[in-house]
Amino acid sequence: MANIISDETIEYVGILAKLELSEEEKEEAKKDMGSMLDYIDQMNALDTEGVEPMSHVFLLENVFREDVVVNGDMREALLDGAPGAKDGMFMAPRTFD
Amino acid sequence: MERQYETVIGLEVHVELATKTKIFCGCSTAFGGEPNTHTCPVCTGMPGTLPVLNKQVLEHAVSVGLATNCEITRYCKFDRKNYFYPDNPQNYQISQLYLPICRNGYVEIETEEGRKKVGIHEIHMEEDAGKLIHDEWEDCTLIDYNRSGVPLIEIVSEPDMRSAQEVIAYLEKLRLLIQYLGASDCKLQEGSMRADVNLSVRESGSGKLGIRTEMKNLNSFKAITRAIAGERQRQIDLLEAGEQVVQETRRWDDAKGCSYAMRSKEDAQDYRYFPDPDLPPVRISEKWLAKKKAALPEFRSQKILRYEEEYGIPAYDIDMITGSKHLADIFEETVALCGEPKKVSNWIMGETMRLLKEQGKDPEDIIFSPAHLAELIAMTDAKEINGTVAKEVFAAMFDQNVDPRRYVEEKGLKTVSDTGALQKTVKEVIAANPRSVADYHGGKEKAIGFLVGQTMKAMKGKADPALVNQMLREMLQP
Repeated sequence: MANIISDETIEYVGILAKLELSEEEKEEAKKDMGSMLDYIDQMNALDTEGVEPMSHVFLLENVFREDVVVNGDMREALLDGAPGAKDGMFMAPRTFD
Repeated sequence: MERQYETVIGLEVHVELATKTKIFCGCSTAFGGEPNTHTCPVCTGMPGTLPVLNKQVLEHAVSVGLATNCEITRYCKFDRKNYFYPDNPQNYQISQLYLPICRNGYVEIETEEGRKKVGIHEIHMEEDAGKLIHDEWEDCTLIDYNRSGVPLIEIVSEPDMRSAQEVIAYLEKLRLLIQYLGASDCKLQEGSMRADVNLSVRESGSGKLGIRTEMKNLNSFKAITRAIAGERQRQIDLLEAGEQVVQETRRWDDAKGCSYAMRSKEDAQDYRYFPDPDLPPVRISEKWLAKKKAALPEFRSQKILRYEEEYGIPAYDIDMITGSKHLADIFEETVALCGEPKKVSNWIMGETMRLLKEQGKDPEDIIFSPAHLAELIAMTDAKEINGTVAKEVFAAMFDQNVDPRRYVEEKGLKTVSDTGALQKTVKEVIAANPRSVADYHGGKEKAIGFLVGQTMKAMKGKADPALVNQMLREMLQP
């Protein structure tokens, strides 16, 4: 494997993704990410001169909706699936600004 | 000698677009609904849902871009901005980083040194977040996603402004253009227009930009002016003390008159943008764009010229009326109905402005209809009501958009057209006020005013004062 992921990088990625990883999971993730970067290196070695970057696999363009209200009140159904609800609102652990 | 500092300011302005539905789903954008009653699986970020772009959002964004001299990106895409916060149910905001819809524009503002261009770096489309309510009782956070997915454009200026006055002029210019387009009502207090201020200071003459901070939570022009003065001084004090300004986001507390750092350094701002795979790209054809350009409305400068030609009202009135799209619409529609521009203008410049000021409202808050104002003018012209009653009726129209004719009937405010009844009252007033009559005969012209007043009082205000005046003079003739 050509790409080595450092402990700092895996720590940082963990913080960004809000994941708490055990030491074993960190080692696993380092290996996975390293092989992903190897794959990207392979692609970077290809000649892509004149090829437009592609972000979508389907050749769709200009998919729009008209500005018409079609949804009614779905609150009950949506709150049903929430871990907690109060006064018609979703409940989450306390956050700070 | 004391060092001179220059303030360098750039703005990020978020504008809530006037659409019926959200940017990516068919939920209503109506303000003030019960919590979460305008939500669906898309705008609450349920896995497996598919956002679809609201065509009206694109149309509004492009028209704002055209009105601000931007280049319109012919091939544009949406990107995901990743962050974790409960106001954002998907854990990413759909926005535009790589190919925003508009770029490289400008608007012109009036400054003390004359006209000046403020560059617009870009305008992009994005979705708003939900609203968080902190529940002290349960020690938790409650979330209302009604606002989640409401369409926004973010207008990013170049760092071209040098003072609070220029910032306000720029914001007023943007607000007016956008209101004229009908793309948003741009109310700062209600949050449909929000400005973040990027500010740095540098020694005068230095070509290099200083380290900037970003200030949020500015919801009035006054708060913006105070925040700019406060932040400028805070940065100068730091530099004078030999310290460095830290690049950070700060929250302005207008009540305390100071700002404080919002985000800690450990909370890295790394949004890991990438193209949103759910939303296909948008390709704009030359034909469609030409149509949009042709459909741009008449802007203020054009309106001013037309008003001068068509309506023959004073330049000052024109300036005030065209200063708000809503006011200009009311004016034009009323004139179309009654054909009396001068009288319509008088109602707007006089009573309307007075009541707006008295109630601390903006012209955008006006609710009376042009048809009712035209009716009121017609009733006054026909002498069905007198000027004092008309003002009373107008105040009721201003508050509740009442129908003036029905209001006058219900309240019995109609001018008494029965000259017999009026004559009788005038005679009684003359008989009851011999001193004023003597004064009048003795050459005191003013005494007639008192007698008119007494007659109006006896008629409970429901007489034509000009007619009363005339009658008195006739009856008092020696």
